[in-house]
Amino acid sequence: MSWAKRSLRVNLSAGTCTEEPTNMEWAAQYLGQRGLATKYLTEEVDPKVDPLSPENKLIIATGPLTGTNASTAGRWSVITKSPLTGAVACSNSGGFFGGELKNAGWDMIIFEGKSPKPVYLHINNDKTELLPADDYWGKTVWETEPAIKEKHGDPNMKVASIGGAGESGVLYAAVVNDMDRAAGRSGVGAVMGSKNLKAIGVRGTKGVQVRDPRAFMKATNEGKKILEENEVTGTGLPTYGTNVLMNVINETGALPTHNFREVQFQDASKISGEAMHEEGPDGHKNLVRNGACFACTIQCQRVSKVNPNHWTVKDKPQYQGESGGLEYENAWSLGADTGVGDLDAVTFTNFLCNEHGMDPISHGATVAAAMELFEEGAITEEQVGFSLKFGDAEALVKITEMTGKGVGFGKDIGMGSKRLCEKYGRPEFSMTVKGQEFPAYDPRGIQGMGLAYATSNRGACHLRGYTVSSEIFGIPEKSDPQVTEGKAGLVKAFQDATAVVDSVGLCVFTTFAWGMPEIQPQIQAAVEGEYSVDELLKIGERIWNLERQFNLAAGVSPSEDTLPKRLLTEGAKSGPSQGKVAMLDQMLPAYYEARGWGKDGIPTSETLSRLGL
Amino acid sequence: MAKSLNFIIEKCTGCHQCELACSGMNDGIFNQDLSRIRIFMLTEEGKNVPYACIQCEEAWCMHACPVEAIKLNRDTGAKVLSDAVCVGCKVCTIACPYGTVMYHPSSGKVVKCDLCDGDEDGPACVASCPTSAIEFIDLSAA
Repeated sequence: MSWAKRSLRVNLSAGTCTEEPTNMEWAAQYLGQRGLATKYLTEEVDPKVDPLSPENKLIIATGPLTGTNASTAGRWSVITKSPLTGAVACSNSGGFFGGELKNAGWDMIIFEGKSPKPVYLHINNDKTELLPADDYWGKTVWETEPAIKEKHGDPNMKVASIGGAGESGVLYAAVVNDMDRAAGRSGVGAVMGSKNLKAIGVRGTKGVQVRDPRAFMKATNEGKKILEENEVTGTGLPTYGTNVLMNVINETGALPTHNFREVQFQDASKISGEAMHEEGPDGHKNLVRNGACFACTIQCQRVSKVNPNHWTVKDKPQYQGESGGLEYENAWSLGADTGVGDLDAVTFTNFLCNEHGMDPISHGATVAAAMELFEEGAITEEQVGFSLKFGDAEALVKITEMTGKGVGFGKDIGMGSKRLCEKYGRPEFSMTVKGQEFPAYDPRGIQGMGLAYATSNRGACHLRGYTVSSEIFGIPEKSDPQVTEGKAGLVKAFQDATAVVDSVGLCVFTTFAWGMPEIQPQIQAAVEGEYSVDELLKIGERIWNLERQFNLAAGVSPSEDTLPKRLLTEGAKSGPSQGKVAMLDQMLPAYYEARGWGKDGIPTSETLSRLGL
Repeated sequence: MAKSLNFIIEKCTGCHQCELACSGMNDGIFNQDLSRIRIFMLTEEGKNVPYACIQCEEAWCMHACPVEAIKLNRDTGAKVLSDAVCVGCKVCTIACPYGTVMYHPSSGKVVKCDLCDGDEDGPACVASCPTSAIEFIDLSAA
């Protein structure tokens, strides 16, 4: 129950759609979504495969709670081998697409091969068909999504698609659904583009059945009450969104700016969640309202508007309407990291990333690296076509449009920061782990995040072990952000719990208020079998180790469990952590030990057999 | 008594919890397409509009029904549809000027809001709404 118990296998080379039973034995061991699809990936794909070749597979997966009334239960994921990192990729998205797919009666879609021509997948409950996408190839996400709904005459259809970035192979291209929600990270959109798959349009009216509806609704209602009463999920996130963090992290001295040269941004307040609430002299306010993904009672989404008189949109009415506003990560990458403190320009650039289908975190961070290359003379005005200095909002907008369309120097930006900096001879400017760009927390100011980045299975990422919760907010318990002791166990605990949340179909933001004891009753009432808190955490650990095994087999060596030299050797220039570096060497050995891995970072056979791997 | 749902459009964030609560309580399955309340999403305007039967006094649906499948609950004022009596002719969906008698996609009959008839906790959608965008009001007290 709560599973559709069937999945759709789409062979793009042959043009076939085949129904098959979901492997319920694996579902019991890996829960769903991130865990289950990673199991499928490891069983079906050679880890050494070229990520952009037909031999790679792209799996769209829901969790057992996706589509139910549990708060935030609209999550879905894209699992594949990443072209950006060469490691396993799992990018998680919200919006309404995941709930719709589950309602159509499908747990997963497994795409394999490569279509000879651009196609899109159309699903209406049991009806599944690959249709020509010639009319949509070359179109943006914002053009494709309404066009497909219009073609099928159904405004209730939900669409996930790629834009120009995915088509042209931007290595951090995203899969975007519901216009402004995205499976953003690790270049899953580039894999979709490499398969000539433009979009998936789905309509489902079958519903989602749980094992014990009354008990389930009781458990989910209790969970919702806890979210409502919690300060972060009940007040902070709905009011200010994730961008409530901008000023907080800046004061902590952990807001990387100018490509991590500094840890505090002078214009942080101008691009903060609070600034989005302020009315300007002409009466314009960036924030229109908050919004919700499917079944979400936290409702942190920003619906924003660029000032119609701002130079970015003045003559472009198509950008003057409401759309997905700034998350903290995007405000940081497109704003603080590039030194741009213009809220309208940053909001507009975020719109562009959604429209063209690319990850704003990696994009902003890559532009920041390019700005440093430019200021250091490693790239020139002739190469870029214009001056690319920190703080130049016009240059940010221009280079973003060029990257989204895959033209000029935008092609170099689309390689991501690691390849860009290598190409121009300054690899030390790339702020990446395993080839993936950093998110918005400087590990010199929040030590646990340094370890979380270094060990994340998908490269630098804040969503694999968000120790900011503990180190800044004291959730579930306060730990000192400048101390390394105890961080190994903390990082492991966050990583394992997050793997459960990601796999079951919930949003990681619930964990500001929910621990595993609050999540467990919801899972238990939904699915067959017995799941204790301990069993769930063991599943989380199993998923983590499975991902690690895939990466090791793919050739991602434990020597890549590290941070850029800048963070390990150059002290923070200001703030509470002034002079501090990321003290990874004090944490990594303890982490390997806590994980039951050898000193070489490889899981021991005892650990693997304990986890049933 | 004349009770009704009342919607405050500005408060609706479009999370669809009301639809899930409605189908979950009344049908034992989470299915927005079975829900008696629906959210119409006006994405471009940034608005979400909940709509369901407002238990209007005129009750065109009730009078139009050829088999008397819709009856008045005198305690609440709700117009209550009996699935056992309904023959699925859908005349009520044409009679209703608000478009709030819904097709049921699998039974071929219709569903409409009856204020969770008889449930002591009141309508499930009201309790499920995280922003209090749905109110349960007593019109006779106004």
